[in-house]
Amino acid sequence: MANPETGGGTHPGYPLTREQLLEMYRFMVLARRLDERMMTLQRQGLAAFVIAGAGQEAAQVGAAMALRPGIDHVAPYYRDLAVNLVFGMTAREAMLNALGKRDDPNSHGRQMPAHWGNRSRRIVTQSSVVATQLLHAAGIALGARLRGEELVVFASCGEGSTSRGDFHEALNFASIHRLPVIFFVENNGYAISERTEKEMAVEHVADRARGYGMHGAVVDGMDAVAVYQTVKAAADQTRRGGGPHLIEAKCYRLWPHSSDDDDTRYRPRAELEEWSKKDPILVMRGRLLEDGAATEAQLAELETSVQEEVREAAQWALQQPDPAPEDALGFVFKEAD
Amino acid sequence: MAEMTVLEAVRTTLAEAMERDDRVLILGEDVEAGGVFRATDGLAGRFPGRVIDTPLAESSIIGVSIGLAHYGMRPVAEIQFADFIHAGFDQLCSEASRWCYRTCGDAWLPMVVRAPWGGGVHGGQHHSQSIEAFYGHIPGIKVVVPSFPADYRSLLRAAIEDPNPVLFLEHKRTYRLIRQEVDGAPAETRIGRSRIARRGEDVTIIAWGLMLHEALAAAEQLAAEGVECTVVDLLSVQPLDRETICEAAKATGKVLIVHEDTLTGGFGAEIAATIAEEAFEYLDAPIRRLCGPDIPSMPYHPAMEHFFMPDRERIAAAARELAAY
Repeated sequence: MANPETGGGTHPGYPLTREQLLEMYRFMVLARRLDERMMTLQRQGLAAFVIAGAGQEAAQVGAAMALRPGIDHVAPYYRDLAVNLVFGMTAREAMLNALGKRDDPNSHGRQMPAHWGNRSRRIVTQSSVVATQLLHAAGIALGARLRGEELVVFASCGEGSTSRGDFHEALNFASIHRLPVIFFVENNGYAISERTEKEMAVEHVADRARGYGMHGAVVDGMDAVAVYQTVKAAADQTRRGGGPHLIEAKCYRLWPHSSDDDDTRYRPRAELEEWSKKDPILVMRGRLLEDGAATEAQLAELETSVQEEVREAAQWALQQPDPAPEDALGFVFKEAD
Repeated sequence: MAEMTVLEAVRTTLAEAMERDDRVLILGEDVEAGGVFRATDGLAGRFPGRVIDTPLAESSIIGVSIGLAHYGMRPVAEIQFADFIHAGFDQLCSEASRWCYRTCGDAWLPMVVRAPWGGGVHGGQHHSQSIEAFYGHIPGIKVVVPSFPADYRSLLRAAIEDPNPVLFLEHKRTYRLIRQEVDGAPAETRIGRSRIARRGEDVTIIAWGLMLHEALAAAEQLAAEGVECTVVDLLSVQPLDRETICEAAKATGKVLIVHEDTLTGGFGAEIAATIAEEAFEYLDAPIRRLCGPDIPSMPYHPAMEHFFMPDRERIAAAARELAAY
């Protein structure tokens, strides 16, 4: 089936080429293997803290691949390792971040791990305070509008963030000005221990879109291709002046909130087992095999190569310099040019 | 030479900045109509699309400004009264102040937040507040408190050109009260300097905003009695000009700090501590603070408002006591 976006070579049934599908799978596996290795480093006492995105790779990779790295901006949240990978972060850099090393491009050891930010890649720095980045995204989109630059700003958060005032203020502002922002909610069912029933009285976050006068959509967040299609359509529309979109990806956090969290206190094991069957990496792998996009042997080779890349990245990062104590003092203010 | 009010100084400087740099834009509540104080009067017509009315939501005013500044614009946000800025406290203190720091200079925010502050206008609890201590406590935000029109011009220009977040506090009582003859172009200046507004050998008074004008009036009164005061116009809370403050303290050995904000934890405490640390051996009397009383807010009734705010008589009385110590 010919694809108007890619000009042919498309995998049957999808708006994606075989190469793109394999790339999608590779990013997902890379994110998972990085999460696993980081958690191992934490258990070994080499990393202080890990906050993983396991279970949300399809949502993150599907969405990010629908954007244009280098042109579009992303204002991600802490679980969005895979979004960063698609936007150019390397496995080595992810490991520098996990270890708080001097040369971590995100914060050079100043922030806890998983607080992303890289200006040259158009990844907006963020804090631990949730939902604040949604307003920054609106501001970037307004700036781009004023400068006549055609781009999309992708702002993501968990469903826990949607309870905050900044979520409301950002959607309201973006909608009033019809800004090219995609508000992407990765609804993983839990705000640490609190289930969605304690977070909101509506079934879907996306139900709220209408109240802001914007487009809303719910998508299966365990299916990378479905997410890609939804975000791609939204990006094309908003880029052309169609106003902001609120997309809710229904996914599941397969791991605890963080390396410090004991999810057995609040999460039924049966529920976890049920969702584990829908592990987005298994879903994607099954799809690739079923559709003949790759053979078992090809996927096994890809998986081994990712495993090796992650192992090497961790080994390398452990050898990299730590920040000097007095490095804590610099950059309180930006010096004038 | 033309005479200019504080308000005219603000408006003129905003217009000049927008004229000079098309990245400068204004956002806030009612700014298109000129704002409640008319600070942005006429600018929406002169600079179409660059004066933007916002919803009544302070976190979004500051958060959107962060995004604009990160993108490369030069936003000047207006918070209609400083008292309402706390709804944006998180965006200022958890985000804007740390943007440069947490990225090791990879990203930075050239943005200004203007806010009318202070009492003396019968504004009651939510239209009279002093906020400099809250935000002066946060490394990464510059906090500017000018008193004279010429300083408003030079410091607002410097704030807009600064690559960092600057909270620019405009004392609302002085908007139309204080006039000054100013030259055509604002003086080249940088944020973080204080100025000796008057020199005398007996007592040093340190003040800012409306209190600076009250302090100068008190100094005038005292001079007639033979007590000569040095008056320091603070101009900047963060960065704090420790050198000028301590030199002025050393020169007289007696220090009176005056501010409208309540006493406990007010910014005067930081100034007093600085002098105690760096100029203790030069002091001839305990450092004295004259401030608002420790009550939750400035009361509405004029008699109680007057009771709350230090004025020239009380400043003169405190300085007289110090001189005699």
